[in-house]
Amino acid sequence: MHVRVPAALRHAAGGRSTVPARLGGSRAPDVRALLDHLAATLPDLERRVRDEQGALRRHVNVFVGATNVRDLDEQATALGDGDEVAILPAVSGGA
Amino acid sequence: MGTLLMIGTRKGLFLARTDERRSWALEGPLFPMNAVYAVAIDTRPDTPRLLVGADSEHWGPSIFTSDDLGATWDEPEGGALRFPAETGAALARAWQLQPAGADQPGVVWAGVEPAALFRSDDGGSTFSLVEGLWDHPDRPQWMPGGGGLCLHTVVPHPTDPDRVVIAVSAAGVYRTEDGGRSWQSSNTGITAWHNPDPHPPFGQCVHKIARHPERPDQMFLQNHGGVYRSDDGGATWGEIHEGLPATFGFPLVTHPHQPGTAYVYPLVADAHRMPPDDRCRVYRTTDAGESWHPLSAGLPQDHAYITVLRDAMCTDDAPTAGVYLGTRTGEVFASADEGESWASIARHLPDVLSVRAAQVG
Repeated sequence: MHVRVPAALRHAAGGRSTVPARLGGSRAPDVRALLDHLAATLPDLERRVRDEQGALRRHVNVFVGATNVRDLDEQATALGDGDEVAILPAVSGGA
Repeated sequence: MGTLLMIGTRKGLFLARTDERRSWALEGPLFPMNAVYAVAIDTRPDTPRLLVGADSEHWGPSIFTSDDLGATWDEPEGGALRFPAETGAALARAWQLQPAGADQPGVVWAGVEPAALFRSDDGGSTFSLVEGLWDHPDRPQWMPGGGGLCLHTVVPHPTDPDRVVIAVSAAGVYRTEDGGRSWQSSNTGITAWHNPDPHPPFGQCVHKIARHPERPDQMFLQNHGGVYRSDDGGATWGEIHEGLPATFGFPLVTHPHQPGTAYVYPLVADAHRMPPDDRCRVYRTTDAGESWHPLSAGLPQDHAYITVLRDAMCTDDAPTAGVYLGTRTGEVFASADEGESWASIARHLPDVLSVRAAQVG
């Protein structure tokens, strides 16, 4: 699967706009596992998306395909091999 | 010697530099769209270190440092300040970055939201939670003020590393005399106007505390309503606002060289947060609050509805002290003569949240 990185966070992803991710292990892949993977591989990217308690930041949206995970199962949203996950700033982030 | 003024605003950091404190060169915004509630200039190292608390509405809070006067900025991988997992808390904002005394090089305190105190021993690159305050039995009963439940003021003792005084909105004053292991509320004499019992042990809405390093037991305090002085290191407080046009306000700063001299910016009341008579005036005492005198030369005196937030007033450390005033209307006024006269040195900025100034280089 791939993670699309917004322009504001590319500095934390080695300048890349897309980051490939392969989730191994026995855990069924979900958004939490993907973000845990990012915490281990790109910690400065992950902490912009979740706070230190693992909660999604209020004005950050994570999409699986075209759907916001807040409209699915939040971080328990299941992921398949071909899914594209996009991190995007919400439009609600202040004046 | 030049002077650097750090200006934290709701939408980024601005730096103003000058050689003679008459004309200023403005740079910025750095960290655009980040709210900069906390700025500090640590003048203890040979090369001063700048510290910035910058909060992105989207991407969360950060603490950056610069060892080249703002040309480049550093943040450690993983961030400078994180709540431990077992606290269940997450950093919302750094409200105060405060270098300790000269005898403690490398020690920097951070006051944050949710209300907690952190300590750094590496000049502000990384911080650890002060567990003695986090575990205080009062803490679950602390109530947030209008700005959230924030620890916004840290006043280290200039020579005794065991003694630190802090203020939390709206829990009031706490102090430690054992380096942060234990804390006691320290609000005796401060009125809690918003409370059925106006003199609870904690719950006061203290806005700012300052002291002069040469007279460390004398402290000044701007409360939600009332200005106070302590002569016993913060253990007890007495009112000193007679002679002021109003008792409400946010900032309070002490003169860098003259013990007993302090500056406040009165507002009419919490229900009318504008200066009395719609005139922008700083008030100064030179006798530890026995009397107050308005300073207005060069400040707007007609239809001026100007608010100054708690960290948006400061002094510098020049032989003739400079005083600086940042406004919610995005203007910065500077005085190079201890407040006698003022000039606007920056206009049309975002709301000013914090200012700090020092002689550098």
